[in-house]
Amino acid sequence: MTQVSTTISKEKCFEQLLLGKTVKRVPGQYLSGSEGWLEAVRAEALENARALNFPSDRHDDWRFTDLSPLFQHGFQPVSSFAKLTPGDIEKFLIPGSTRLVFVDGCYDAGLSELGFSGSAGAHGVTVSSLVERIGDVQVETYFARQASFKQDAFAALNTRFFEDGAFVHVTGEAAAPIHILHVATRREAPSAIYPRCLVVMEPDSRATVVEDYAGLEDGVNFSDAVTEVVLKDDAQLQHVRVQRDEKNAFHIGHCSVAVGRGSVYAATSLAFGARVSRHDLHAVQMGEGAEIRLNGLALITGRQIADTHTRIDHAFPRGKSVQLHKCIADGAAHAIFNGKVIVHPGAAGTDSSQSSRNLLLSGKARIDTQPQLEIFNDDVKCKHGATVGQIDADSLFFLRSRGFSEERARNLLSHAFAAEIIIKIPVPSLVESLSRTILDRMSGVRT
Amino acid sequence: MINKDSRVLLEVRNLRAEVVVDGVRGVEILKGVDLTVRAGEVHAIMGVNGSGKSTFSKVLAGHPEYTVTGGTATFEGRDLLALAAEERARAGLFLAFQYPVEIPGVSNSALLRLAYNTLQNERGLEELDPLEFEDLVLEKIKVVEMDASFLDRSVNEGFSGGEKKRNEILQMAVLEPRLAILDETDSGLDIDALRIVANGVNSLLTADNAVVMVTHYQRLLNYIVPDYVHVMDGGRIVRTGGKELALELEARGYDWVRAAA
Repeated sequence: MTQVSTTISKEKCFEQLLLGKTVKRVPGQYLSGSEGWLEAVRAEALENARALNFPSDRHDDWRFTDLSPLFQHGFQPVSSFAKLTPGDIEKFLIPGSTRLVFVDGCYDAGLSELGFSGSAGAHGVTVSSLVERIGDVQVETYFARQASFKQDAFAALNTRFFEDGAFVHVTGEAAAPIHILHVATRREAPSAIYPRCLVVMEPDSRATVVEDYAGLEDGVNFSDAVTEVVLKDDAQLQHVRVQRDEKNAFHIGHCSVAVGRGSVYAATSLAFGARVSRHDLHAVQMGEGAEIRLNGLALITGRQIADTHTRIDHAFPRGKSVQLHKCIADGAAHAIFNGKVIVHPGAAGTDSSQSSRNLLLSGKARIDTQPQLEIFNDDVKCKHGATVGQIDADSLFFLRSRGFSEERARNLLSHAFAAEIIIKIPVPSLVESLSRTILDRMSGVRT
Repeated sequence: MINKDSRVLLEVRNLRAEVVVDGVRGVEILKGVDLTVRAGEVHAIMGVNGSGKSTFSKVLAGHPEYTVTGGTATFEGRDLLALAAEERARAGLFLAFQYPVEIPGVSNSALLRLAYNTLQNERGLEELDPLEFEDLVLEKIKVVEMDASFLDRSVNEGFSGGEKKRNEILQMAVLEPRLAILDETDSGLDIDALRIVANGVNSLLTADNAVVMVTHYQRLLNYIVPDYVHVMDGGRIVRTGGKELALELEARGYDWVRAAA
């Protein structure tokens, strides 16, 4: 199928997105709109989107990120439900996982695998489409409470136009990883997709959630994703986010996390795909002794742009945060990292470390990194640092002295640099398949 | 063991080299080095800091930081200086690093297997799959008395100084080079680690290979007994003798050799 796209202006692009409307889907999957609270939220979101508009390139949080390739397209709402077969998505699957599959933002029950989690509360976890649970008190309580649809046009657009999403409610210990797979297909015209996810962790609960954004065929589409995560007290969540969209896709993702007293939120976020991608991750400590661990990796080449903005708010005593973010940029790619850590006045005994490590593989690639530490408290232990470098000459010589060709040595070292993040993912089969993805990119190396 | 009839592995004649800093040629460090190493021999190159002994080992291994400005080096009949670093390794030359590098994200076992299979390929032999290689490496690891858990760890990451040096010898054991150059392998080792490293090297010596040890101190030579001791000074080998020369250097220092040269 050839894709028809005409170049338009930034203003037209935004207007086009505001025209988005509800999609015709398979029977039984309409978002009825009967829930008054949701209608109110959607109406407010639309107003916010209108008022906010796309960020200008003078906006402090966006000044490094060239969105102009995005603005050239008139994105259409997804107009029909694409029917995929299990074979189409096989390569993305995580064996043994509980699985929710969304195709262009629409829930596909046939491809999903809910196991026991479909029955509410059984085995400590409920996994379902958001639409099915829209009347759930947890959804009403936590939906759109955090995601800053009041300040961010993309979050506002998502809140107005999302069709469906994932709802994960963990009350006990989720034995299997929960895989939320978003697959984008190629449509006749560039499409706008609004993935949405809400994760609520009850006290003392445990789970691993994998948010996965993949493209099926190379086409222009725009995924505007919003995820909200709530950890009540003493909960533990391993949250993996994989962005492996096709190379002409656009991806803007927003994730807000509230971390309760004594809870541990551990995230690994990976950006491999898309022409332009942006991920904002904002984690706030909501009680004493909360722990936030963020690992991130952007691995890009060609003309790709990948921007990661993170913010950690230490607002209560004895909180801990550890962050390691890596960018690897080859070709003429541009990677951006901005990591804020804010220690508020009440957050005594905070222990925070942040490290940004970056690898430039070509003379035309560019990396901008900006760790920002803001401390409003004396009793803290905080450190942060950033390095941008090329392949280490000593390591290169070492490998060559062991018989590796220069190219193979470079590939191995780049792979190793990325692997340090990948291996932290607590899902072995995903570690394996992502390692292969990286190896494919750095061809010629097999480990 | 000295056997005048054995094959010449390495023949270095009047080798001169400069250090390259930021792509600009700089100071001449090697000013005409001569050395002949035959199969079955153990050589020690000693000298003070800055004498050029570590540079010599790096130049032989093909370090890009140095430019050869004169002389010849022949390895098993091939022009060593015409080969890239990796080609020298594949030809059977091995350098144990003075400062072993850490490679987070690459496991020790993967590094060893990839390197081993590269050489197997070069020699027209079968590559080993991970399971077959594991059998081999579990044998080799005994040479340096290392725990098998080191194989799953990233290369040298979090290793102590002694463990890093033992890891270099493990690589030597797996790759089975014709000529191993040990660049200050004894530096920073406590007495137990020194004994383990030395035992490892000794167990790998055969009539077909050779070792060149670059060292500051005589201590290592108590454990790995050299056939020849060379003293390097000012970028040249200024004196060559038997193992007793090392003892003399230990007793009298280097000044008398330098004065005599």
